Amino acid sequence: MYPANYKYSQEHEWVTLEGQTATIGITDYAQHSLGDVVFVELPKLGAKFSAGQTIGTVESVKAVSEIYSPVSLEVTEVNTALANTPEKINQDPHGAAWLVKGRATNPGELAKLMDAKAYEAYVAEKEKEAGA
Amino acid sequence: MAPTNSPVARNVSLGERLLFEKSAPGKRGMELPPLDVPSVDVAHALGAENARDGVDGFPEVSEIEVIRHFTRLSTWNYAIDLGMYPLGSCTMKYNPRVNEFVARLEGLATEHPLQPAELSQGCLRILRTLELFLLEVTGMDAITLQPCAGAQGEYAGIAMIRAYLASRGNPRKKVLVPDSAHGTNPATAVTAGYEVRNIRSDSTGRIDIGHLAECVDEDVAALMVTNPNTLGIFERDIAEAAELLHARGALLYMDGANMNALAGVARPGDFGVDVMHMNLHKTFSTPHGGGGPGAGPVAVEKRLEPFLPTPVLVEKPDGRLGWDRNRPKSIGRLRAFYGNFGVLVRALAYALAYGPGMVEATRDAVLNANYIRKKLEGVYDLPYEQPCMHEVVFSDARQKKHGVNTMDIAKRLIDYGFHPYTTAFPLIVPGALMIEPTESESREELDRFVEAMRSIAAEAAENPELVKSAPHSARIGRLDEVGAARKPVLRWKPQ
Repeated sequence: MYPANYKYSQEHEWVTLEGQTATIGITDYAQHSLGDVVFVELPKLGAKFSAGQTIGTVESVKAVSEIYSPVSLEVTEVNTALANTPEKINQDPHGAAWLVKGRATNPGELAKLMDAKAYEAYVAEKEKEAGA
Repeated sequence: MAPTNSPVARNVSLGERLLFEKSAPGKRGMELPPLDVPSVDVAHALGAENARDGVDGFPEVSEIEVIRHFTRLSTWNYAIDLGMYPLGSCTMKYNPRVNEFVARLEGLATEHPLQPAELSQGCLRILRTLELFLLEVTGMDAITLQPCAGAQGEYAGIAMIRAYLASRGNPRKKVLVPDSAHGTNPATAVTAGYEVRNIRSDSTGRIDIGHLAECVDEDVAALMVTNPNTLGIFERDIAEAAELLHARGALLYMDGANMNALAGVARPGDFGVDVMHMNLHKTFSTPHGGGGPGAGPVAVEKRLEPFLPTPVLVEKPDGRLGWDRNRPKSIGRLRAFYGNFGVLVRALAYALAYGPGMVEATRDAVLNANYIRKKLEGVYDLPYEQPCMHEVVFSDARQKKHGVNTMDIAKRLIDYGFHPYTTAFPLIVPGALMIEPTESESREELDRFVEAMRSIAAEAAENPELVKSAPHSARIGRLDEVGAARKPVLRWKPQ
């Protein structure tokens, strides 16, 4: 379910690093809790964020949720296709529906995030709490 | 013999077309009398660029067509006057007829807002009496009645906090908001130029006071807290939270959306609140008008008084009332004239009709919510089990096993003749069912509601499809909410 080469945040974002370029998205657990996504707001190119800052919002029929950057980042590309096809976030959250790419300005931060196995355990615990 | 005419009722229940579709050239809603003054050439008087012969596509309909159109639409509506409206967080209480009677008194209904203050002493006295009443209920020091909605009240409150802190040299950077907050709280903080930081709730559904202590620093301007919170739980550590904030020079903002659980029993001014708004359409029984006139008065502690929106109503030495517009520290004007006067009249009518008996309304609201909590606790999952205040939040965890979620249950409730409760809020309860009966409901009505909810729980287990495809009895079935949000059609266009 959760790609092994990604890292995961407690706020349910994923990040993967190729060279210096970080790609960020939200997890399958996040899209499932949000329900049908209807709108995505993404940052401007060139914007700089430190880890934990809000880089955008995802709106579903239920709620608007903030997207937090799991790592410090200078934005180089945003997934403009999502403006017309926000449903991709529900269909392929770990692939085609990536949100933001950027230069990771402090790649060491990835080490603080969860790997796939730890994240799976984390969401299993969340689901148990929810009484499902 | 077969009837030759369709029953009259059939006509009323037909799909109502838009006025644009009923339009036909030449129909008129009114006849103007013949002109009895010299005719003026509009293009000449106003300039040719400002004159036009008509409005393209404007519907042409007769008076009776307009009357029937809106009367028919009104029969599609669901209102508190038709049945219970347990929409959590919204406080859909009965709007007593005495409010309407008073607001329609000729001397009030026909007053003009531009009439000078010397000739409007009665209206000003109404405003002042309401101000004093709200100050007594909240335990605060000064107030503005100007904001025309809760959200505008919130904005006024945070703008005052910003102005106050700026006057002391530093407006600061952050506003803290619990994760159970109404969405308007973070939106207000951002609009007022603050960064938002979320405060966690603890296992009892209250603010995690330890987390709050970690987060309060010299950059924090205020904590925005709703009390009771959106889980219907009283924040019993509120005084401690106020102390934590005050010790670091920060302020406590209370969202008074749930003031109907406190009115007459506890006063925010007594537990350390510096600024708060209240929604007259929630706590004080004025109508919730489809986005129409509301009122969100904001009460403040005395050090924030200089920052109140202008003008401020003042009592002069001779006992007359007037407006103080010389307010150099004010955050400015928020609204034309002095807010929505007619709504303020209704709130005062309610206050005076109840008087000290308002405490009974508060207690009954809490009693009714707890009655529903006890009656449904074995049927629906209760994520926070302690007694609640004016509303109770269940989750759909049990029904989810049958593939039925909170939205399905809410839609099915329509078939039982009730307005749905609030779904999917607060966000910290996955699949929330947020139920607020208000004090208006009798025990018999509450029992009918409980019976409906129990029946739906049984259906969810035995025949989930019935619930998932609800409503079945409504004029329109399940709407495509996702389609409407993703590809909205925002205006009618001719075919």
